[in-house]
Amino acid sequence: MPFDFYVTVAVQGVLTGLVYGLMALGLSVIFGVVRVVNFAHGEFAVVAMYLAFLGFAAFGLDPILAMLPIGLGFFGLGYLLQRHLINPFVGRPEHEQFILLVGLAIVLVNGLLMLFGPDTRHANLPYGFDSYEVANVLIDKVRVYAAAAALVVAACLFAFFRWSRTGMAIRACADNLLGAAIVGLDVKHLYALTFGLGMACVGAAGALMVVLADATPMLAPAFTLLAFTIVIVGGMGSMAGALVGGILIGVSEAFASFLVAPSAKSMFSFAILIAILALRPQGLLGRKP
Amino acid sequence: MTLKTSVSRRAVLAGAAAGSAALAAPAIVSAQAGTLRIGVLLPRSGLLAQAGQSCHRGALAAPRVLAELGYRVELVHVDTESNADIARTQAERLINDGAHVLTGAFDSGHTLAVAQVCEQRQVPFVVNIAAAPPITEQGLKFLVRNFQTGPQLVTNGLRLINSLIAATKIDPKRAVFLHANDTFGQAQRNAMDAIFPRTNMPFQLVESIAYDPRAQDLSVEVTRLRSLRPDLVLVVTRASDAIKLVRDMVRQRFEPMGIVSPGSPGMYDEEFYQALGPLADFHVSNLPWVNPKSAMTQALERSFATTNPGNRFAADGFNAGFTFEALLIAADAFKRAGTTSGVPLMEAIRATNLAEHVMIGGPIRFDEKGQNPNIGSACVQNRGRTPVVVLPEDAATMAPVLPMPGWQGRA
Repeated sequence: MPFDFYVTVAVQGVLTGLVYGLMALGLSVIFGVVRVVNFAHGEFAVVAMYLAFLGFAAFGLDPILAMLPIGLGFFGLGYLLQRHLINPFVGRPEHEQFILLVGLAIVLVNGLLMLFGPDTRHANLPYGFDSYEVANVLIDKVRVYAAAAALVVAACLFAFFRWSRTGMAIRACADNLLGAAIVGLDVKHLYALTFGLGMACVGAAGALMVVLADATPMLAPAFTLLAFTIVIVGGMGSMAGALVGGILIGVSEAFASFLVAPSAKSMFSFAILIAILALRPQGLLGRKP
Repeated sequence: MTLKTSVSRRAVLAGAAAGSAALAAPAIVSAQAGTLRIGVLLPRSGLLAQAGQSCHRGALAAPRVLAELGYRVELVHVDTESNADIARTQAERLINDGAHVLTGAFDSGHTLAVAQVCEQRQVPFVVNIAAAPPITEQGLKFLVRNFQTGPQLVTNGLRLINSLIAATKIDPKRAVFLHANDTFGQAQRNAMDAIFPRTNMPFQLVESIAYDPRAQDLSVEVTRLRSLRPDLVLVVTRASDAIKLVRDMVRQRFEPMGIVSPGSPGMYDEEFYQALGPLADFHVSNLPWVNPKSAMTQALERSFATTNPGNRFAADGFNAGFTFEALLIAADAFKRAGTTSGVPLMEAIRATNLAEHVMIGGPIRFDEKGQNPNIGSACVQNRGRTPVVVLPEDAATMAPVLPMPGWQGRA
């Protein structure tokens, strides 16, 4: 088989994996700082998909541009959610947090079912059928745009945590909560900011997913599971790990489809997950507890 | 003043009898009025919604035509939400609510789920569309199927591909079979594996690829397809994954001589035409189709136009036609049986002999397994975003066109 087919599959896997990675990044950021596992993560991503679809259907707004207002809206939503709903559960047993977020996930999915029904919705973009050809390698234009946008959002987030004073304060909370509180940092505010940032990632990723997949409420549990797989493979709490995990899962699924059987591709993602849990439980880029 | 009442044993018995009669009244009234209550189970939402809605429109058009033919039916429409578990529970609910016959359920997996309930409750089940062979291979006594089995679809589909090649004078050397890995798709794969080697087709089947119809896209599957360099792509799809398939073929600039379904939905659905526009044209589906020359088809088309003014019968003919015929079979059996009781009604259904009906083929009859063996197939090509019969010649309204024009040349 010509080599360019393998390159095509690898590129498709990397591009899809970057969008997956952005979605998982939100989960990783929230867990890394707030130590709350967002079991409604995929559900929020699907809500963002519907918002992007509505923006396109009603105003012709390109979902890649819609990523900005949706990300901002999700930031605000995440901030308020953390301050008023999740924060009281932060110090409580983990099973209570689990029940709270699973309950929220169920409310979101059923709300979407009531509002939109279970049918799929697709944004038929004018460039939806276009592709780039580079040295016999064909790459979908929508996938390139979505992956580029995911990279930009991830880079902004990295820069924020690396160089901004607020980002450094959040990292201080993640490293030493007691120390951060002693030096006078407003931990509740920083937690809410972090949750907001994680949600902004989910909102942006959801908007980008609309150009790659049809929106339906039934996608939500699959997205949550996918985000968990990626974060565990990459390393819980590691931002770079989320992107690396996303790319690894995207590429493994693509090659499994190409070389083995498309219908068995998920099996390979979970095989990687099991291998990581057995050989390197902290994930590829995670730190040992 | 005191009122002394005494209740005798006879009075209690009489009261109990009257109460029982009152409780049974709805069923008796229906039977006396000569109305058959039919539960219509279809996937009107979810993954199979497009096809389920299309069937539903046929069911909406049916009562008027059946009334003209002297049949009285009451339809209870239920959505199975493209979920076999929901299909099963909804079948239970319909029977509990007094349905005398069930019809549906479009999907083979859903149909098997409903069939189990009907068998337990001894309620007749007339399958409108579902091709998996096990449906009529399990010895079910309360089920008949007025639809081709997977092997019949594939056999007729392949035979028509031969006719198509002869009519268009193309010379394909290689083909790939791409199918969804759901119950229907797997049944078609099994049929293809068994039948293709015996058919002496002029091309080689180089590979069969199973895919998940719930996949977010089919880009890698299309890359795999492209790497195999087939002249013909044989597909078993649903509308949503047929759209993804063509979309990714266009993106990857893959242009085979033709995309042909040897018997599956997807490429003649309205959703397919709307999503792809001109890119939906020239794809071929070989499958049972409505007979435009039948008087009953024409009556159904008129009723369809009234009950579904926003939809085209041309695009819904397959689903609407088979759904109508399932209701026709039940109504005709009820008229002959004169009762809504499950066992005699089922006997009447099995004795069906309807020469006049809607779909191409011989009289509707059922063999000992409950299968109608007389259903024919046609070669239907999308032209101007409308499914048009191009073969066999006696039913064709246009000549087939293959190789299909390139993607870029379309408006």
